[in-house]
Amino acid sequence: MHIVAFLIRRAIQAVIVMFVISLIGFSIQDNLGDPLQEMVGQSVSEAEREILREDLGLNDPFLTQYGRFLGNAVQGDLGTSYFFKRPALEVIMDKFPATFELVLGSVFIFLALSIPGGIYCAINRDKWLAKTIMTASIVGISVPVFLTAILLVWLFGVELQWLPAFGRGDTYELPWGWETGFLTLDGLSHLVLPCIALSSIMLPLFIRLIRAEMMEAMGTDYVRFARAKGLSTARVRYVHAFRNTLLPVVTVGGLMIGTLIAYTILTETVFQWPGMGFLFLEAINRVDTPLIIAYIIVVGLIFVVVNTIVDFVYTLINPMVKLPGAKS
Amino acid sequence: MITWRGFLKRFLSDPVAIGSAAVLLVLILMAVFAPLIAPQNPYDLLQLDIMNSDLPPAWRNGGDDQFWLGTDTQGRGVFSTILYGTGISLLIGIGAVLVQGILGITLGLWAGYKGGWVDSFLMRLADIQMSLSTLMIAIIALALFQAAFDANIYADYAIFMLILIIGMAEWPKFARTVRSSVLGEKNKEYVDAARVIGLPARKVMWGHILPNAMTPVLVISTIQVAEAIMTEAALSFLGLGMPTDKPSLGSLIRSGFEFIFSGSWWITLYPAIVLVTLVLALNLLGDWLRDVLNPKLRRGDD
Repeated sequence: MHIVAFLIRRAIQAVIVMFVISLIGFSIQDNLGDPLQEMVGQSVSEAEREILREDLGLNDPFLTQYGRFLGNAVQGDLGTSYFFKRPALEVIMDKFPATFELVLGSVFIFLALSIPGGIYCAINRDKWLAKTIMTASIVGISVPVFLTAILLVWLFGVELQWLPAFGRGDTYELPWGWETGFLTLDGLSHLVLPCIALSSIMLPLFIRLIRAEMMEAMGTDYVRFARAKGLSTARVRYVHAFRNTLLPVVTVGGLMIGTLIAYTILTETVFQWPGMGFLFLEAINRVDTPLIIAYIIVVGLIFVVVNTIVDFVYTLINPMVKLPGAKS
Repeated sequence: MITWRGFLKRFLSDPVAIGSAAVLLVLILMAVFAPLIAPQNPYDLLQLDIMNSDLPPAWRNGGDDQFWLGTDTQGRGVFSTILYGTGISLLIGIGAVLVQGILGITLGLWAGYKGGWVDSFLMRLADIQMSLSTLMIAIIALALFQAAFDANIYADYAIFMLILIIGMAEWPKFARTVRSSVLGEKNKEYVDAARVIGLPARKVMWGHILPNAMTPVLVISTIQVAEAIMTEAALSFLGLGMPTDKPSLGSLIRSGFEFIFSGSWWITLYPAIVLVTLVLALNLLGDWLRDVLNPKLRRGDD
C-alpha cells in the first residue's frame, strides 16, 4: 500500500483547495466595504485617512497584503467582526457546537432509517410497504428542506405544541467550553425537529441509493456463490451483499458534505437555531465582512478535512484498494 | 434507440407519465397566460388596496370572493402572485438549465474529444465543483453580490444573477454526461470518416458526435430544471434570490413564513403546494424519460 504517497497527494490537494478559498476570502476583504470607514466613521479628514491607510498597509501591493492576510489566517486571526467587536474566528467557533450537534443528530437519524429502509426495499421489492417507501421517497426528493422544516414547525410547534420549534433550549457546558444540547432533556427536545428536517432531504436519496446498490449486489456471482456454499441467508445478505453497498454510500456521502452544510443554513434559518449558518446570514445582512470571510474559511476547512477523511475511509473499506497514483 | 412511435406508445400506456406531463402543462400554461388569468396584477401598486390585506381564502369566514386563495399582508391576491411567481420560477429554472447545457456541452465535448490534460483538468475541476455543492456556491456568490451592491441594483439584476450562478454551478453534470457519450462515440467509423475527409475538429464535434450524444442530455435536462427550481426557491427563501416585490415561489414562501404563526397559513401553504407539485411533476417525468430513453443511467451515481 502506497499509503504515505496517498496521504501526501491528499494533503497537497487539500492545500490547493484551501489556497483557492483563502484567495476568495482575501479578495472579498479587498473589495467589500472599507475597513477604514468601519474603524473611524465620518469625522476624520482625508489627510488623516491617508496616513491611517498607510499605517494599516492598505496601500501596499496586492501580494504583500495577501501575504499578511495569509500569515494572520494561519495564526487564527481572521479579523475582528464589525458587529460583535470580537475576533471573527472566536464568534464563529462559539456557534460551531450548535451546528455540529444538528448535523450529528440528523446524520444519526438518516443512517438509522435509510440503511434498514434501503435493505428492506431491496429484499422485499414487491411488497406494498417497499413500494410505499419508494413512492414516498420520490415525493420526499421533491420537497425542499425548508418546506419540511416549516411544516414541522407549524404542525408540531404551533398547532400540536408537542415540541419546541425555536432555538436550542437549555444547554450544558462541557469542561472544555463546548455547549452541548445532548445532555439535557430540554436540549434534546429542541434537537428533534431541526434534525428531522435536515435529514429529510438525505433520507430518500440514501434509501434509493442503498436499495439500488443492494439489488445489484444480490445479483452478483459472489453472493450466489456464498449462498451455494451453504451460508445462512442473513449472513449472505447483511455481511456479503451489504458490505459492498457501503462503498457507493461512502462516496455519495462524501459528495453530499457541501450540500449538507448548505442545508444547515436553511434549517437554522427556519428554526432560528443559533449555529454558524444563521450567524452567516446575519453577517450578510449586516455586511460584516470579517465574519463572512471567517465563515467561508471555516466551512472550507471543515469541507476539506471531512473529504480527506471520507477518501481515506473509502480506501480502507474498498476490497480492491485502488490508490490514486498506483495506476491500474 | 427508440422510435417516436414507440416513445408515444410507452407514454400513453403509463398513467404516471401522462399525469405528470398534464400537470406540468397546466402549470406552464397558467404561468404563460398569467396576465390574462390573474384577477389582479400583483405588481401594479394601483390595483393593490391595503384594506384587502391578510384576507383568508374565499370559502372561509371573512374571505372575499375576489381573492379565492386569500391575500397576503400587502393586499395582493395569493392566487395572482402564485400565477406570476410560477412563471418566474420556471423562467429561472429553464434559463439556468440552458446556461448549464451550453457550458456543459461545450466543455464536455472538448474534454471528451481532446482528451489528455484538457480532459483531466476539466474533470478534476468538475469533481471539486460538484462536491462543493451548487447551493453552497450559489449562497456564497449571491451573498457577496448582495453585500457589494445596494438593494435596488440587486433587485433589478437578481433574475439574471440567479440564472447565471445556478447555470455556472451545475455545468459539471452536463459536461460529464456529454463527455462519457463522446468517449463512446469518438472511435466509431463515422467519426473517423468525418475526420478523414478533412473536416475541422469543431465540425466533427458539433455536427457529427453531438447529435449522437444528445439523448442522455435530454434525459438529465428535465431533472436539472427541477433541481434548478428547488435551488432558486431555497435561495429566495434565504433572502438571497428574488426580491419580495418580484416574487418567485420561494420568495412567496419566505414572505408568508413570517405570518404563519399569526394564523395566516394560506400565504405560505398555497405557493408551497404549487412548488412541490411543479418539482414533483418534473422529477416523475424525468425519471420516466430516463427509464424509457436510457435504462443505464441511474440517479444517485451521476
